[in-house]
Amino acid sequence: MDLFEYQARDLFAKHGVPVLAGEVIDTPEAAREVAERLGGRAVVKAQVKTGGRGKAGGVKLAADPDDAVVKAGQILGMDIKGHTVHKVMLAQTADIEKEYYVSFLLDRTNRTFLAMASVEGGMDIEEVAATKPEALARIPVDAIDGVTDEKAREIVAAARFPEEVAGQVADVLKTLWTVFITEDALLVEVNPLVTTADGRVIALDGKVSLDENAGFRQPDHEALEDKAAADPLEAAAKAKNLNYVKLDGEVGIIGNGAGLVMSTLDVVAYAGEQHGGVKPANFLDIGGGASAQVMANGLEIILGDPDVKSVFVNVFGGITACDEVANGIVQALELLKNKGEDVTKPLVVRLDGNNAELGRKILSDANHPLVQRVDTMDGAADKAAELAAAAR
Amino acid sequence: MAIFLTKDSKVIVQGMTGATGMKHTRLMLGDGTNIVGGVNPRKAGTSVDFDGTDIPVFGSVKEAVEKTGADVTVIFVPEKFTKDAVVEAIDAEIPLAVVITEGIAVHDSAAFWAYAGKKGNKTRIIGPNCPGIITPGQSNVGIIPGDITKPGRIGLVSKSGTLTYQMMYELRDIGFSTAVGIGGDPVIGTTHIDALKAFQADPDTDLIVMIGEIGGDAEERAADFVKAHVTKPVVGYVAGFTAPEGKTMGHAGAIVSGSSGTAQAKKEALEAAGVKVGKTPTETARLARELLG
Repeated sequence: MDLFEYQARDLFAKHGVPVLAGEVIDTPEAAREVAERLGGRAVVKAQVKTGGRGKAGGVKLAADPDDAVVKAGQILGMDIKGHTVHKVMLAQTADIEKEYYVSFLLDRTNRTFLAMASVEGGMDIEEVAATKPEALARIPVDAIDGVTDEKAREIVAAARFPEEVAGQVADVLKTLWTVFITEDALLVEVNPLVTTADGRVIALDGKVSLDENAGFRQPDHEALEDKAAADPLEAAAKAKNLNYVKLDGEVGIIGNGAGLVMSTLDVVAYAGEQHGGVKPANFLDIGGGASAQVMANGLEIILGDPDVKSVFVNVFGGITACDEVANGIVQALELLKNKGEDVTKPLVVRLDGNNAELGRKILSDANHPLVQRVDTMDGAADKAAELAAAAR
Repeated sequence: MAIFLTKDSKVIVQGMTGATGMKHTRLMLGDGTNIVGGVNPRKAGTSVDFDGTDIPVFGSVKEAVEKTGADVTVIFVPEKFTKDAVVEAIDAEIPLAVVITEGIAVHDSAAFWAYAGKKGNKTRIIGPNCPGIITPGQSNVGIIPGDITKPGRIGLVSKSGTLTYQMMYELRDIGFSTAVGIGGDPVIGTTHIDALKAFQADPDTDLIVMIGEIGGDAEERAADFVKAHVTKPVVGYVAGFTAPEGKTMGHAGAIVSGSSGTAQAKKEALEAAGVKVGKTPTETARLARELLG
């Protein structure tokens, strides 16, 4: 889960990373009072989860509280790379002397954590990495030993921070590591980390990404979720504990197992090339041992998507038996009918593996007018794509 | 001979007395797995009857290893306790730990991986969030259905559970030496490369199928390894061509970030290394058949 800048700033402050005072607002009028509290002058910053907002005009300096209202009004509602600005942060201004970059992240390749640091901060760090790789120090950080005084000094030395700020930057690195560990973060990034004319070192802008798998020990993280921005179907699926991602095609997909569902999307997209370019409408993994109720929940979400023209249920029975899955489909259609939902979209079902014969027989016996059985994955994908194209 | 797991493997189950552990211990025993004990400190000294087979419960992995000579542990404990369970397995220096549990925090898997390294990597870790490993006809450790296929000459390594089953099913008439599900998390123990290396050295494996998915660069590195070190034929499949950027597709590790981790890049890397890559699981199986003649 990626956080907004203001949320990152709050986490930094909580763990002692030096930040400037700031407050988040969602109406222009609110800017006046906040600017007054901040001493009159303020920086108004769009809160969007994408880079390049400065270039897009999403960061402006307000000279006084009146100006803050004007600038907030200009930025709120702005579209930055497809993200609408719903909130702005007003922050204190600082007399910046120099801009640096520091971050901690997971290094998947080496299965360890990594510190990255550069004295060339302020700009897109991927560009620095690509054009001047020698300017970006990369130092592995052991998951158990963490950032000790010695490790912090190693990072500072590797990135060649100037002597006069070395101690302060090392301190920031240690507190930033505390954020990384205590909050179960996958990324904490400060860009820029600045030195000011009065000799302070401050995290001026930050990015934090949190590990959703750590929810069991991070009860506060749920409140950081941007529920308003979530796709309504994704939000409805999440409320039912379904692993669902909305895509932009027409063939609704239900399957068991993340890998098989990803593969199903691909197979449908290939098949769609022969049927006017229809594409998968979603990713939905109902997991192992899916009950009739889970199947019904899944079908309800997918049938509720107006973009969906046909549905492909692709199940490989591992431990799950296909007869249970088949019963689940039949009962799910019954459940939806009893709820008064008018199911009109055709379903193509492919069952293989454990008790497949039994499952297929259950579907054949039920003889539901909307359900078609196709017994191979590629064949079923082709049928689902064909049906979606016909219903366009 | 197979890789990592044979009929001689003596297996203990951490979390055997929980609902999932009980269910799968019964299934594993049914597939002929030599299960010699379970671990649960609160139930140490008791035993559990599985359809007439009495399995003792030990207080710790160390005790279980000392009393039974176990050399494999399979972990079914809930995600909050998984790190401690793996650390305990590492401390007991058991040669193989198969971590089935899903939903583990990355800081936990990074920590137990680092811990294994500090202890000299005496314990091979498979997983977490994986279906386990099966050497058909000999032993089955994890949740892979034991009745999909039979012993044969194909070695399989896969990030995905259900795609493992699908591929075993597609090639069920030929059979498998060993199939290992390594999991789709960002930090895993055994990698594609580890399995490729073992299959290359395994006289019972004639052909290797490797299944990857979006996220990370494990497939690209596996491709480099194939090019340099694997002389047996390798067939590949990559899932996730249609996955959009920035969305996690089910597995915590299955995410395309910017230009990195795409299925297309992985496919190209594998093909450049001489691996035949199928567009669908069925086509991949057909390529394997052709290569086996």
